[in-house]
Order: sequence, then structure tokens, then C-alpha cells
Amino acid sequence: MGRPLGVVTLLALAVGLGAAFGWAPRDAVQGNVQRIMYLHVPAILTAYAAIGVAFVASLAYLRGRDPRWDRLAHASVEVGVLFTAITLVSGSLWGRPTWGTWWTWDARITTTALLFIIYLGYLLLRSVVEDPERAATYAAVVAIVGALDIPIIHFSVEWWRTLHQPATLLRPQAPTMAAPMVATLLLNLAATLCLYAFLVRRRMRLAVLEAEARARRWR
Amino acid sequence: MSWRRKFLLGGLVIAAALSWVVYAGLRGSMVYFVTPSELLAQGGAAAGKAYRVGGMVVEGSLDRDLPTLQLSFALTDGRATLPVRFRGTPPDLFAEGRGAVVEGTYAGDGVFLASTIMAKHSEEYHPPADAEPGYKELMRTLLKPGEGEAAK
Repeated sequence: MGRPLGVVTLLALAVGLGAAFGWAPRDAVQGNVQRIMYLHVPAILTAYAAIGVAFVASLAYLRGRDPRWDRLAHASVEVGVLFTAITLVSGSLWGRPTWGTWWTWDARITTTALLFIIYLGYLLLRSVVEDPERAATYAAVVAIVGALDIPIIHFSVEWWRTLHQPATLLRPQAPTMAAPMVATLLLNLAATLCLYAFLVRRRMRLAVLEAEARARRWR
Repeated sequence: MSWRRKFLLGGLVIAAALSWVVYAGLRGSMVYFVTPSELLAQGGAAAGKAYRVGGMVVEGSLDRDLPTLQLSFALTDGRATLPVRFRGTPPDLFAEGRGAVVEGTYAGDGVFLASTIMAKHSEEYHPPADAEPGYKELMRTLLKPGEGEAAK
């Protein structure tokens, strides 16, 4: 399973990259720099998905104390933090040529940076609590509470005045974007979701090996 | 302090921070920028203070003096109009009829002295009318500057 998923991921990333540069038209207003969107938006949507999975897995862990749920939550958060970082960096690179700034404290950027910090805190918490079961319990609560930030990020552009524009894709009406651009975006989203699944599987396998090594040391 | 208490405290801090963000935001006290009419309504009290002001760049108001990089234009929210002065190079997307957010101080004499200009763009994305899709178009526009209308 690991290898076929890896191959599919690699192919999807290559096709997505090809579509972003070779197939999608340039934007009338922003020109070619708008192509950063095909990394920026899939990265944050994948981060949402990762944190969403961690939220559900943490609830499941707190109910049944099955370590497999905890491993899923932990792996998912790690990959989610990675994709949040990609979002922040690509957004900064996109903001400079279009808005004229690398960074500004608008509500969407601030709440996304908050998401990054909350889940960095999650990873930190796991590493400072020595007892694995206690670490898992504490971390699960942080993962559940922290996920509340995702709807705040999404609605930030409606609740507050921001430099970010309102939603293009995730809105009740039809997307305000040309069809080939939407297709390229969805293709790249599929690719980043594959990458997420691939990384989470590898990370969970690593967690099993870590647990086994720890058990062997205790014996 | 036991781990359990430390942990509870940490969880409370996170929950409190998140709820404050929502509460403050919904009450409107966490404002990223003010509009020209909100700024001008404060009158003399706003003089000399730092603000971030957002609005549309009034058509026909933009005046550039290239040798000195002096830029003057007016921002409007439909109700009030604020004259802005700036020195430097604005972002590519900055243009008349488009949204912009400026940072700076209100001079009191009715003029806003901006130190930073940020351009807002809409949530709409579409190819230019003359675009031919594909790789050739990308190479052409990369090699030849002056691609979108933004570069005008």
C-alpha cells in the first residue's frame, strides 16, 4: 500500500505542477504571479483536513484510549503543521509582489499564524511529557480545542476587515474563477491530499517502531 | 504545580485566547483598517496619530511625480474622501478604481501621510481576453514584461 500511494502522489504532484505552469491561463490582473495560488490554497486546505483528522482521532482516542487513534492524531498534526508552514511562506511570497508586503497582521494571516503556533505547542507538549499515555491525553485536548481556529480562519474574511479578499471557492455561490483555474486548483489539492496521506502513513509506521523500541528498552 | 494543573491552565489559556479573538472581532474592536469616513469623523482628535486606512482609489485622483517618487491620490469609501500623500514605489496592483490599504499618520490638515501602501485585489480570477492558454503563453509573458493590466 505504501509504495503505490507514493507513486500516485508523485504522479499527481507532477501533473499538478505541469497544469499550474503549462495549462492554467495567467490571471488578467495579477499576471503569472497568481500561479502561487496552486500551492498556497491546496496547502491550507490540506492543513485544514489534517487538523480535522487530528480533531476526530483525538476525540476517538479520549473515548477508547486506543493508541492507534493517538498515532493518527500525532502524525496528522505533524503533517498539518508542515502544510500550515507552506501556506504561510507561499502566502508571504505571493503577498510581496501583489499587495506590496511580506507580512501584515490582517485577521486571516494572524489566525493562520495562531494555528501554526497552537499545533507547534501540541508537538512541544508531546515531547515534554514523558509518560506516553499522559502525553497523548493532554495532546488530544489541545488538538480538539485548537481545531476551533479553523472556522475562525475561514470566516475571518467575512467577520473582519482584512487585506485578504473574500472566499473564491468555498462559498455558497459558484466560484468566481475561470474553469481551467478551478480545475488546476482541484488537481493540485488532490495531489497535496495524496502527499498528506502518504506522509501520515509513514509517520504512523514510524510511531509503531518507536513504541516497540521503547518497550524493548523497558524489558 | 502538578502536570494536570499546568495542563488545565494551558488549555484554559488557549481557549480564552481563541474566544477573545472571536469576541473582540464580533464587537468590532479589533479593526485592521478604518475607512476614510471613520477617520474624518474623529476630526482633530485623529491628528498626528497612526492609522491604517482602507478604501478605493478615486478615479482620476492619482498623480505621480516620477523624479521625486511623490505620489498623491484620494481614498474613498463612498461617503468621505481622504487625500493621501506617499513617497516611494507602490505595489504593482495599486491603481485607480482599485482597493488599497495605507499605513501612516493623519496630518490634521485633512491630508494623510502614508508610509506604506498595500493593494487589495478582488476574489475574482480570470484569464485576460487575449490569452492563449498553455506553456507558450507563459514563456512569452515571462520573457516580455508588461503582461497583465497590472503592469500598466
